[in-house]
Amino acid sequence: MDPATRLDANHELSLREFPYIIRWRDDRCTRCGRCTAVCPVNAIEPAPHVHRRVFSEGGLPNPKAEREIVHVVKQVTDIDRYCTGCGTCTLVCPNEAIEPELNPQNKFLTYKNKGGVPFRRGGRRNDPTASTVDQLKFTRISMLTDPALDAGRHEFRIRTLLGRNLPPEALPLKRRGDRLVVGKTRERGQAESGHIAHGFIPPVREIYPIRIGSMSIGALSPHMWEGLAMGVAYLNEIEGMPVVMCTGEGGMPPRLLKSRFAKYFILQIASGYFGWDEIVHAIPEMTEDPAAIEIKYGQGAKPGDGGLLMAYKVLKLIAQIRGVPEFVDLASPPTHQTKYSIEEAVAKMIQSMSMAWGFRVPVYPKISGTKTAMAVLNNLARNPYAGALCIDGEDGGTGAAYNVSMDKMGHPIASNIRDCYLDLVAQGKQNELPLIAAGGMGKTGNLAANAAAMIMLGASAVDMGKHIMQAAAWCFGDEYNRCNLCNTGRCPRGITTQDPKLYRRLDPDKVAERVVEVFKSADVELRKIFAPLGRSTELPIGMSDALGVADPAIAKRLNISYVC
Amino acid sequence: MTGSLRKGPVVQRKYYDFMCRLSAITAAEYFSPMENVMALNTMKEGHDGSGLGLVLRDLGGDFAELKSLPILSGIASDAGLRELDNFMYAQGFEEVHMWQPNIDSRAPEPETGRRDHYFAKAYDYPKAVKNRSQAEKEDLLLGVRLALRVMGEDDESIFAFSFYPDTVTLKEVGDPLELGQFFRLDDGSLEARIILAQGRQNTNYDIYLYACHPFFLQGYCTMTNGENTAFVPIMEFLTSRGFPGYLGYNSDSEVFAHILHYTQRQLNYPLTYYKDVITPLAEKEIDGRKESEALRLIRRSLRPLCIDGPNCIIGFTPDGSVFMVQDAKKLRPGIVGGAPGKYALMSEECGLDEAVSQRDKTEDFSPMKYDMAIIKPGATELKKWNQLTN
Repeated sequence: MDPATRLDANHELSLREFPYIIRWRDDRCTRCGRCTAVCPVNAIEPAPHVHRRVFSEGGLPNPKAEREIVHVVKQVTDIDRYCTGCGTCTLVCPNEAIEPELNPQNKFLTYKNKGGVPFRRGGRRNDPTASTVDQLKFTRISMLTDPALDAGRHEFRIRTLLGRNLPPEALPLKRRGDRLVVGKTRERGQAESGHIAHGFIPPVREIYPIRIGSMSIGALSPHMWEGLAMGVAYLNEIEGMPVVMCTGEGGMPPRLLKSRFAKYFILQIASGYFGWDEIVHAIPEMTEDPAAIEIKYGQGAKPGDGGLLMAYKVLKLIAQIRGVPEFVDLASPPTHQTKYSIEEAVAKMIQSMSMAWGFRVPVYPKISGTKTAMAVLNNLARNPYAGALCIDGEDGGTGAAYNVSMDKMGHPIASNIRDCYLDLVAQGKQNELPLIAAGGMGKTGNLAANAAAMIMLGASAVDMGKHIMQAAAWCFGDEYNRCNLCNTGRCPRGITTQDPKLYRRLDPDKVAERVVEVFKSADVELRKIFAPLGRSTELPIGMSDALGVADPAIAKRLNISYVC
Repeated sequence: MTGSLRKGPVVQRKYYDFMCRLSAITAAEYFSPMENVMALNTMKEGHDGSGLGLVLRDLGGDFAELKSLPILSGIASDAGLRELDNFMYAQGFEEVHMWQPNIDSRAPEPETGRRDHYFAKAYDYPKAVKNRSQAEKEDLLLGVRLALRVMGEDDESIFAFSFYPDTVTLKEVGDPLELGQFFRLDDGSLEARIILAQGRQNTNYDIYLYACHPFFLQGYCTMTNGENTAFVPIMEFLTSRGFPGYLGYNSDSEVFAHILHYTQRQLNYPLTYYKDVITPLAEKEIDGRKESEALRLIRRSLRPLCIDGPNCIIGFTPDGSVFMVQDAKKLRPGIVGGAPGKYALMSEECGLDEAVSQRDKTEDFSPMKYDMAIIKPGATELKKWNQLTN
């Protein structure tokens, strides 16, 4: 006799515990099998059901019962095969017979720790509420005080500077009659400065203020990365928009590195140093300098945690680019192993990277949003070789992390950037060290508005990651834990996978086309924001008087106006 | 009226100067500020006649023989003036001459009522600083003016507009022509070779005299018709320079004067670079300039001082140059005309017709987005400088 525990299924989960419940319609389903074949987690499977059917034949009631076998699509209750709600089944169903439905009462996190392994996933913080950035509005409209600019007709310079700007007092300028020329020695009365002492004018790039943030080749599929790169090259060379993208940790294809396109890329070095053997060897053959070097110390989605590229993602191409054997786990430690202190190790690393390209390339660190950001900031402000500071807020994304890191660790980007900017203002260094804001830009689709708000809080530029994956490659992920399979290599869209069967679904040309569309439309929206504010000549960095928010606490914290 | 003009704390607000009309005249001979006022009056359709701001430089009249002495210009209540005099005495400044307007009691009074004292007092330097450098003396004068400002700011018992040699400032609320008659500006006691006049108080909010331009700082002066939409980042940048005179900012236009001061006095840039700082060329346009390397550095390092919005700026520098520049899109009117010996820089042509009626009109110059019109010291020449081609 079966034990009671099996008969009453007492130790099994019910579907009500799961985050998504499959709604399957028997009357519409043709049993074609596409949904069960495509499901990335095998959450559904064909199953036989035995039905008891009562029927009557003849003129008089004569009920008979019979048993019949019916094939159904069944959702499994195995926590390891939970429905992620990605909806690929709906996408492939010819008859709209299947659809996952969010179950807000789920107790998923309570059970998703089998084997003592906490829930790990990709994606973003599962918090669908509007971020602070999303609540900011542009409330200073010029109408009668000033004829508003015409977003369609007037010239707008939507550009920013990446790299360190010398303070005006330290510029090595000499007066020759009515002209100023760059002189080698310091003029009398000119401020003493480390910059001048070394005769060093830091490299600066003029770039578009929205960048594609760091997503590695390896985390991304070859088609996705290729699509982004093509889109960025098109924006630069055809549209004249100097958009740059960051490689993420893991290098980039050597052929591209040696091409004229290298200047559109920011090379990232992180704690695993993956890809850097190849990069260092390619330097003598590079024809263009990269846009910048980003030293990653932290990531907003998983502050203080390292990275991991699972062995099954390390295929031949990835192994070659990263300079590692195939099919081994590639772990990036949580911190740089050489790091001892910010004064010593970070400064050294910035100088080493600067030296590698003859001090012609801006080098800057990226950290996760944190209460200690200002300590980092002030250290960089005193380091004449630091080219910027990128802060990645809690709404940033990742290819793989523990759920607890994503959901509960980190710092919102708005107040972090604002504090840093106002700290620089107090020192008169707000133009010297550009701040780059990342994490949650375009979270609810308002990319341009988010970018403009961050710029007005004091950022010089913003990074986006998830937004471009969604906008350009149709990523399913959202803040309701939908899909978030990036870490498994089973991305149903072919974005974060190295499985050719999956990434062949993604057409790189279409991705590139969408990248261009996203940037061009954001550019129009930025004009639509800046024009009524009367700003067109320079990016309105720190124009906090244009911002308003309907929450007095936020207004007070960010030192902007409260509106209601 | 006695006592303070307004009780209670001053509400610090930013004022916009979008409905002003500007009237600047520079000449080889001394002339009366009434000429500026008459020119303003022809442009009355463009301003609301709510106020008058005057800065006179290179003075004739009462001050013709006192060129090296600092002149404190301001307004004070009875109590305020007593406090001011005590303070100046304590600082070691010896009053040499005091000009007060010969007020026409039959003329209409200013809108906010007649103040107790309008004055311009010339002082001798304290003995201890007489032999100090010009820069040190300028910083001392600035410190005194700021101290007086603080003393009288809360109860508005003292307004100290300028304290600098060979310079007088006069500001009041009301119709410019009526004010000109009220002060009897044509009585010959107050004349100058450079006069900047502006015909509007900021009426967006409560009228506040410190928000009235022209704004003057250590020999540098500007007035503006427009709205500076980049005001906050510029103000933050200026105040973070550590220079004590970069304060106030009751008007978004005040930063134009301080940018001029910063680039000319603090950074020692030639005057044309003012244009390159406030409306910088695009990166590609910079390639066409001889000093492109320097310009690129300036554009980057002084990025926060780039102005925005529609603005026509008229100003002067300590050497007696008077200039007009426009915003990067040339969204405001502005015209310069005259002949060697006398030039006028006006918001509108009718003002020019009033001020320099005998000029060759075909030589009139309206600076466009890349232009800077500079009248050389002594009104000897109009120099047209183009940002793209120089």
